[in-house]
Amino acid sequence: MKFLVCISNVPDTTTKITFTPDNKEFNKAGVQFVINPWDEYALTRAIELKEAQGSGTVTVLNVGEADTEPNIRKALAIGADDAIRVNAHPKDAFFVAKQIAAIAKDGGYDVILMGKESIDYNGFQVHGMVGELLGIPTVAPAMKLDMSGNTATLEREIEGGKEIVEVNTPFVASCQQPMCEPRIPNMRGIMTARTKPLKVVEPTADAPRTEVDSFALPPAKQGVKLIPAENAGELIKLLRNEAKVI
Amino acid sequence: MSVLVVVECDGGEVKKSSLEVASYGSQVAQMLGTTATAVAVGEATESNLAKLGEQGIGKVLYDSEPRLKDFVNGAYTKLIAAAAQKEDAKVIILANSNIGAAVGSRLSIRLEASLATNVVELPKTDGGKFVVKRGAFSGKAFADVELESDRKIIAVKKNSIEALHEDGKTAPVESFSAQLTDADFADAPKQVIMQDQAGGVLLPEADLVVSGGRGMKGPENWHLIEDLAKALGAATACSKPVSDVDWRPHHEHVGQTGITVSPNLYIACGISGAIQHLAGVNSSKVIVVINKDPEAPFFKAADYGIVGDVFDVLPKLTEAVKQLN
Repeated sequence: MKFLVCISNVPDTTTKITFTPDNKEFNKAGVQFVINPWDEYALTRAIELKEAQGSGTVTVLNVGEADTEPNIRKALAIGADDAIRVNAHPKDAFFVAKQIAAIAKDGGYDVILMGKESIDYNGFQVHGMVGELLGIPTVAPAMKLDMSGNTATLEREIEGGKEIVEVNTPFVASCQQPMCEPRIPNMRGIMTARTKPLKVVEPTADAPRTEVDSFALPPAKQGVKLIPAENAGELIKLLRNEAKVI
Repeated sequence: MSVLVVVECDGGEVKKSSLEVASYGSQVAQMLGTTATAVAVGEATESNLAKLGEQGIGKVLYDSEPRLKDFVNGAYTKLIAAAAQKEDAKVIILANSNIGAAVGSRLSIRLEASLATNVVELPKTDGGKFVVKRGAFSGKAFADVELESDRKIIAVKKNSIEALHEDGKTAPVESFSAQLTDADFADAPKQVIMQDQAGGVLLPEADLVVSGGRGMKGPENWHLIEDLAKALGAATACSKPVSDVDWRPHHEHVGQTGITVSPNLYIACGISGAIQHLAGVNSSKVIVVINKDPEAPFFKAADYGIVGDVFDVLPKLTEAVKQLN
């Protein structure tokens, strides 16, 4: 079975967020980039399913410029077989979805996995766009994924519960925990990753449909009002009379 | 030309987040000099749908096909696309929920629309542009995003828009059929399992949340969290380390890779406030932190704080709430 896993290159979860002086772009200076944490669930689960089937391939796909290659190599070190990088700045979700759909159409993949959303843009959009562009089902967000032949059984999170969904390949799923325990690269993986194929392709001519005018940081908090522990009941009065939330 | 609002219903009632979505939609319609029509999904009653008039909705479309009671991505997408065509909708508003994201992303392709999720304010339409403010970087920033296509889809984040209430106003409810076929239900769920929620309050919809971290020392102490939550009518939540060691189920995990909540009140008990946890809660209106460590980073993000032992403080709070009521 052929798995395609889409990964995004995002600032590390502990990054202090700042922007360029015109507030048009994220300030990358001195920032450590990682594989989007949600995508790690997709990647590890694809590798686990391939191993369980005893055959098949896991291809990693990233839409990004050359600076994303260290994290693509990391995905190869974790256990993907090969990688494709679409050489473009990921302008918006629609643009990225078009690139993924173009690669998927050519590659004949059975299962297309990605994380629920990226932790930088937080769009939670690409999965459905890719499914619709390819005319195949999308299950999002998926908490569990098992395969039996060409049929997948997934647990889909809904507000307040979950649905059990069955779909046949090909399909798209956007993944989140507790799908699996994301793997980290071991030394052998890091060594073999260096020689695994990483193909660079140019993007399609599609234009994005949205554009960021400016970024802004949330207003700073006023500062915490401390209530002495021995007088804890006072807090409840403040929440009713001052904050007016209860 | 009109504005189409997608309202999610459950157990006959319109979800609270969808009342906000309806209010958002009717205000956008007013800005554009047109009217807002709602299309309902899920299990609804006609009388509850008619009450959407209170949120400024002019008309409600409802397809009573029984298989639409549960979420089915294919069928919901087709239904809403058909409603959008019928109403010539230029702007479509959904909740920023799992349903809204799943349907909105497919619709944006089918209707060739610009899509913005996680939207927190009404649009700005100066100079012929259509710009919405949305949350980005896991709650650590906002982005003003221009929607460039003729048609626009907006998913509104819960608790960021005040719901309108014009008492007594009703909207006509029209039956509507999208001519759905069996093929549209191909991805229908085999089974739907609802969680047993403490006190019956669903975490993603909750206005008040009481949350516990490793400082609670073990699952056997969770009655302290539950007692306070019950007294307040709040939902319960937890930090990632707590769900990782199975003290609490995953669906209560709030944070960067868990659920994002934006309640009116978030009470954090024995949670230090790692940046990944803050990402899931920092759009809460009021944050209360109870921690015995005065250096806990969470106090910097809090509005109210108590430096003290949760085992001593929580029962006092529960007692104070009971007295207040």
